[in-house]
Amino acid sequence: MPLRASGLHKRFGGVTAVADVSLDVRMGEIHAVIGPNGAGKSTLINLLAGELFTTSGSIRLDDREVTSWPPDRRARAGLGRAYQKTTLFPDFTVLENVRLAAQASGSSPLRMFGSARADAALLGRARAAITRAGLAEREAAMARALSHGEQRQLEIAMVLATEPRVVLLDEPLAGMGLSEAREIIALIASLKADRAILLVEHDMDAVFELADRLTVMQDGRVIASGLPEEVRHQPAVRTAYLGNPEAFE
Amino acid sequence: MSFRAPSLAQALLVVALVVALTLPLFASVYYLQFASKVLITGVLAMGLNLAVGQGGMVSLCHGAFFGVAGYILALASPGYDAAPLLTTLPLAVIGSAALAFLIGCFALRTRGVYFIMVTLAFGEMLFYLFHDSGIAGGSDGAFINARPEILIAGRQWFSLDKPLAFYFVMLALTVVVAGLLTMLARSPFGHALAAVRDNERRARSLGFPIFRIRLSAFVISGALAGLAGYFAAAQFGFVAPQMLSWHVSAAALVMVLIGGLRSVTGPLIGALVLTGLEEVLKAEFENWKLIEGLIVILLVIVLAGGLRQLGFLTTSAQREEVAPASGAGHA
Amino acid sequence: MSLMTFGIQLLNAFQYAMVLFLVASGLTLVFGILGYINLAHGAFYMLGAYLAYWIVAKTGSFALAMIGGTVIAFVLGVVLERTLVQRLYGRDHLMQVLLSFGLILVLDDARQILFGKDVHAVAPPAWLNGTIQLTDNLSYSVYRLAISAFCLVVAAVMFWVIARTRIGMMVRAGAENREMTRALGIGFDRLNRYVFAAGIALAALGGIVIAPISTVFPGMGDGMLILSFVVVVLGGIGSVGGAALGALLVGITDTFGKVFFPSISSILVYLLMAAVLVWRPSGLLGRGEI
Repeated sequence: MPLRASGLHKRFGGVTAVADVSLDVRMGEIHAVIGPNGAGKSTLINLLAGELFTTSGSIRLDDREVTSWPPDRRARAGLGRAYQKTTLFPDFTVLENVRLAAQASGSSPLRMFGSARADAALLGRARAAITRAGLAEREAAMARALSHGEQRQLEIAMVLATEPRVVLLDEPLAGMGLSEAREIIALIASLKADRAILLVEHDMDAVFELADRLTVMQDGRVIASGLPEEVRHQPAVRTAYLGNPEAFE
Repeated sequence: MSFRAPSLAQALLVVALVVALTLPLFASVYYLQFASKVLITGVLAMGLNLAVGQGGMVSLCHGAFFGVAGYILALASPGYDAAPLLTTLPLAVIGSAALAFLIGCFALRTRGVYFIMVTLAFGEMLFYLFHDSGIAGGSDGAFINARPEILIAGRQWFSLDKPLAFYFVMLALTVVVAGLLTMLARSPFGHALAAVRDNERRARSLGFPIFRIRLSAFVISGALAGLAGYFAAAQFGFVAPQMLSWHVSAAALVMVLIGGLRSVTGPLIGALVLTGLEEVLKAEFENWKLIEGLIVILLVIVLAGGLRQLGFLTTSAQREEVAPASGAGHA
Repeated sequence: MSLMTFGIQLLNAFQYAMVLFLVASGLTLVFGILGYINLAHGAFYMLGAYLAYWIVAKTGSFALAMIGGTVIAFVLGVVLERTLVQRLYGRDHLMQVLLSFGLILVLDDARQILFGKDVHAVAPPAWLNGTIQLTDNLSYSVYRLAISAFCLVVAAVMFWVIARTRIGMMVRAGAENREMTRALGIGFDRLNRYVFAAGIALAALGGIVIAPISTVFPGMGDGMLILSFVVVVLGGIGSVGGAALGALLVGITDTFGKVFFPSISSILVYLLMAAVLVWRPSGLLGRGEI
């Protein structure tokens, strides 16, 4: 099982952000996590990525216990993450951003000699990821000069370049226009072939289009989990989304 | 690979190197010694820039690495004899590196301002250690009566005593250090370091071990400061706790600023400018510190006012063209 | 050691801690609210001491020295903030470090021009210039007690202003979220100016107050600078309560360190800082990165 989380708890002082959350993501599937604001989705992703440590519970990557591993170690073990708020290297070009990603998961990421920028293998992987993400024409542009949608594409390109088995996508469609969103949705759909993808998203149309399985969270707990068509009809889920019943019609 | 025309920066470097090599032909001993001093502080500044400009770590304890190496030489210099260059130099550099490792392990657990304050505190701690404990003369300092030499089988093969010899050794070392730092900047490690500097969170989530990367850069930078400190002590013939003061770090930071944070060799220019400025000011004015202070303030205000501080001598590492994908032809 | 000697050392530690708190609180306020790292803080402490010496020498009145010195420092702070410091808010800390360095060079020479580089002693005000007899052969300086009392009063006023007044509320808001308050733009330029000037004035006040019991000498700023930084790091940047806690820890460590471990007493404080940082990288009461 590429990613399995069991009984995750996270407490901040007196506040419980995540309580007894368990889920798993299979190879070749997109498992979406949805829920109203404050449901604990961001905390969950941060726990899975290693930026927050659990109060209790276990996280396993391919049957390795990674609960106490820091983010970089998890990344090297095949976990990739795209951020909700675009997090790039603003003063480097698109190519350099992705090349760095490829370098991090490459064979000698911290070698102190030789030219990094002329490494053909890394450049090859980087360009492949850039093309996959649809940014090939913008290869030489500065990351800070990209449009919002292009920056999301760059995020995904960087994640791809690390050749992860498990991918955590944190609201990839946030703030996107319709046509841009369509491209990203198609991209995400194409990614799942040999990966396990956990998708946190608010855009319901995208979720129901992409998800193979769906988990709904509220107040830090899982209130429903299973096939999207089954989950959407559960009363607890409809109650959670009171105020937005159209989302489930 | 097609021929790439040399950039202005590279051309200037070649000119500078030629001037440096021919300097002894037309300069007096005084200026030779001044040039050596510039090279020494230049190595310190270049080393510091690895941590500050490349690594984003503003360190105020590099004076400690600089001074400790000098003290190691002083302690290893017996009485009125010369110390053996080939053993004391590595010893001093390793000593500084070890100290940088120790301090780095603590200081790098903190970020931003805390890091600056912690390095300041540790630097001063070492200052007081040498000041109060009486090691090598305590607050009075200690003399190094003879410059290091290379002694093999009872015969002196080389001595740093002559200003000319000293100068050429320093010049060679400076070139080697500049070359090493350039290589480092172009390497995967150098790029990883820049990534950690620009967006730590992203770098970490890509899989870069940020503590290890920063610590490595910090230790190398400390070792280079030690290299400079060894020769500073050798040239000056005297060590005192003041060598470990944070003012030494701050002065080096000014040099880095003048030369450009993103440039490997820029700090050498900064060293030349600041050291030269100090010489001139000290000769002309009694209150030279006041003027130097005003100049530093002016420099900071002007630079903070919006001038990009990429020094004009950026290394070709930063502007290197990427090799064409197919390998054939020139993009 | 006897109970009485222990008591005296405790009083010394407390008095030392109080002055440290006075100086460090200025530093932590400037840092916490303005985000500005002021390495010239020690130079203002030194300046305060020299001002005290000079004013007492000219007028014979220590009270005048206290008031005059503090006012001069405050005005100097306002001028510096307006002309130099405010350009560096939100900028790379490297620039702030270098600005402070330049300022130190200027202040040092200015002091030399104005007051020379001699070492001086300042007599405490006559009405405090006595001792209290504790036992047959142990007495304690009244002036030292007065310092502690004075600093406690200043601390109390500071806590009251921060906790209970509108200005204090703005100060706290600024410390919590500098970006937001700047975006709201509620007359923060002037507030920043006064906070900076107050920070400088506190440092100078520390120097004035300490002058009668310590020698006034050119290098006195450096030592105090480092110690106040240690106190701020220990207590957590931006936290005045943390500065109090940190000052007490440093005061006790240093005073009793000199008694029990005289050979390594000067580095004990740094070891303390290292130990605290291992446990709490943001200081005891700190809130993490600002």
